[in-house]
Amino acid sequence: MNVFMLGWEFPPFISGGLGTACYGLTKAMSELGHHVIFVLPQPIAGTSSTHVTLKTPSVELAEAAYRAYTLKEFDNVEFRAVPSTLQPYTSPDTRFDEIHHTTQSVTSQDIVTSGGVKPTADTPTSILGTRTGSAAAGHYGGDMFAEAQRFAEIAVILARTEQFDVVHAHDWMTYPAGIAVARAMGKPLVVHVHSTEFDRSGEHVNQQIYDIEREGVHVADKAIAVSHFTRNLLLSRYAAPADRVEVVYNAIDNNGSDYELPPAIGNEEKLVLFLGRITMQKGPEYFLGAAKKVLEFEKNVRFVMAGTGDMTKRMIELAAELGIGHKVVFTGFLRGNDVARIFKMADLYVMPSVSEPFGIAPLEALSHDVPVLISKQSGVSEILSHVLKVDFWDVNEMANKIVAVLRHPPLQATLREHGNFEIQKLTWRDSAEACVGVYGQAIAARRKAR
Amino acid sequence: MASVCFYFQVHQPFRLRRYSIFDADHNYFDDYKNAEICRKVATKCYLPANQCILDMIRVHEGRFRCSYSLTGVVLDQFEAYCPEVIESFKRLADTGCVEFLAETYYHSLAFLFSRVEFEEQVALQQERIGRLFGQKSTVFRNTELIYNNDVAAAAHKLGYKAIIAEGADHLLGYRSPNFIYKAPSAPIAVLLKNYRLSDDIAFRFGNRSWAEWPLTAEKFAEWVNQVNGNGYAVNLFMDYETFGEHQWTETGIFEFLYHMPGEVMKISGDNNFKKPSEIVGAYQPSGEYDCPHLISWADTERDLSAWLGNAMQSNALQEAFALEGAVKTKGDPELLSDWRRLLTSDHFYYMCTKYFADGDVHKYFNPYESPYDSYINYMNVLDNVAARSRQSLAAPLNRPAR
Repeated sequence: MNVFMLGWEFPPFISGGLGTACYGLTKAMSELGHHVIFVLPQPIAGTSSTHVTLKTPSVELAEAAYRAYTLKEFDNVEFRAVPSTLQPYTSPDTRFDEIHHTTQSVTSQDIVTSGGVKPTADTPTSILGTRTGSAAAGHYGGDMFAEAQRFAEIAVILARTEQFDVVHAHDWMTYPAGIAVARAMGKPLVVHVHSTEFDRSGEHVNQQIYDIEREGVHVADKAIAVSHFTRNLLLSRYAAPADRVEVVYNAIDNNGSDYELPPAIGNEEKLVLFLGRITMQKGPEYFLGAAKKVLEFEKNVRFVMAGTGDMTKRMIELAAELGIGHKVVFTGFLRGNDVARIFKMADLYVMPSVSEPFGIAPLEALSHDVPVLISKQSGVSEILSHVLKVDFWDVNEMANKIVAVLRHPPLQATLREHGNFEIQKLTWRDSAEACVGVYGQAIAARRKAR
Repeated sequence: MASVCFYFQVHQPFRLRRYSIFDADHNYFDDYKNAEICRKVATKCYLPANQCILDMIRVHEGRFRCSYSLTGVVLDQFEAYCPEVIESFKRLADTGCVEFLAETYYHSLAFLFSRVEFEEQVALQQERIGRLFGQKSTVFRNTELIYNNDVAAAAHKLGYKAIIAEGADHLLGYRSPNFIYKAPSAPIAVLLKNYRLSDDIAFRFGNRSWAEWPLTAEKFAEWVNQVNGNGYAVNLFMDYETFGEHQWTETGIFEFLYHMPGEVMKISGDNNFKKPSEIVGAYQPSGEYDCPHLISWADTERDLSAWLGNAMQSNALQEAFALEGAVKTKGDPELLSDWRRLLTSDHFYYMCTKYFADGDVHKYFNPYESPYDSYINYMNVLDNVAARSRQSLAAPLNRPAR
């Protein structure tokens, strides 16, 4: 199977689960022998990465301004990076500053090929024309849509030179591109819903984004939801046709834990960890609410909030208001080894998400032998049984369970042992096979329609 | 000649209410739910099944006989929520065709953790049975048929003539469970459960994908009759809730129960029904049932892993029994009763992680969403009991009104 895949982030340029999911999925597809052309809007900052190998300074470069490269372990995946400011998980508000910043700083120096060839300064601008135009007009919200549109235009140019059977688009920013490519090339479209506007924004949805998402799931031959939680949302809020939405769960590469001995018994503080974006969707205030109550029972515990987001400042203030500021640590965004290190120190990982389409982080915690407490309002709770579950709003019950884990080592041990075992059956290979199955259905549906 | 020996287990635990760290009162039990379940099972099972047994005894003019093991905690609940069940058991006792076995009052694992508590609980249950039904048991059964040579010796020490155990394949080998055995540790007879025939009724009766479905009284009578020539006692041991609760009325389980004895006795005039004590009186032991390691009648493993299979279970049990001294020294009868109700094996069964992800019989019986929830809840309650047992007599806590 040849797949034309459209994403918007890929390790190491990630800010959340989407990049991790695309990484795992494409790697497994590559291993299964499927050929994937992965197109993504390359973030402009931080293009230097050691494990990215630039492969071809393609002849289309001058025309399309994309970069092609392959990654180790990804024999059958080709990457096409298009310079763009598209980034996942940003809200129109926070993007205002970024857009201003990036539009100022985009220069031809950011687009470098392996041969060290710099495109002429005017090449990108001919393509970026619409974008600079709208940014200059100050429609920051509209600019994100213009980006998505521009991504679509470039993707179509790219697609004309490629051979593939199916188009696979990840989340709303790539839906316009997916729709455009599928139409231009007459190929079936599969959209993959990792999150919806309702997860990100609660009831205050951005109408334009909603419209794009809605169009995506309706135009697509098949939609993949990352959980039944998300599938139900697609059916109820987007009126998606039930027979066209399939559930494919995410997975985890099981390499997190190296079974180190636990640290020697001492009177060290226990550590309860929140790791994720500090945004409304992730329920950080419920974490702090529970922390406050836990501290009424257990003094020897510290709460760590790792991550950044538009609610960081409010959460720091809230911790102070609750009088638990000295017990809460904000680490900022953690990467790589720092993530592994904080997991190693943690006694419990808490994901109090208000609305979580899937939630890969709990799987990572379990793979690091950290017991997990998750909200029932998450897709991942559908497939995990050896974890603690609460309603995100039930702060008392959350505190009750946190205290139990801190007080009773046998509970921690049992959760850890069974939890780590349970995630071993969640493999990207199975997820990739399920996706390929959906491709088959999409292709068959297309044939039938003819 | 084949004798059929029925023993029905009757038990309901005192289920705990949701008890979090924020709770500090002494109302640990979910009175509403316990009453609801007790009445529901009484309506679906205990009352109709008792009536059915009574009819069978009358129709066969005393030739149908059977036995029950009633825990103290189920009798407590009958008394509180549906006393008519006790009355119907009394009517059965009055026929003389029904025998009541001895066991621990609280359906506990006390034998494994405290012999003192074990003996006290057996005495309590015997006192209750004697008071209600005017009987003194001569046959003992331990909670969930947890058994080894030591249990047999302990039962002998308490004066019992026979003890009931699982007929485990790995201990019987080529031998048949349809004989009487004796324990190597003490002069006490061992009656072994014929788990194939028992489970045909208890687990497989309503299963339409079972090759032998539907199981008719005639067919079952033939299977029983086949024992002739290689044994003389078919021990059918099962939960009483099999009738009407695990196997719904719609499966025809009551009709099966009602007609089966007639068919068994029709197939051969020599076949009969006996109470456990009569089996012991009628037949001599044919061999030794040597059981050094603990067995039970639970799951395919027939071991203790349903109650002691993970760290949470063993921790909860250890912590609970560790309070024995403090609770008993305190001399507060309410505290003692609360603590003892926490020893009921069901609480630990709910914490079982075996098969949890697969969803099976364990889940069916579990009032909690997960074994972890049940452990957390239990430990919160136990923590409060521990605090009460430590409290000085000078400052008693007020028990809030329910």
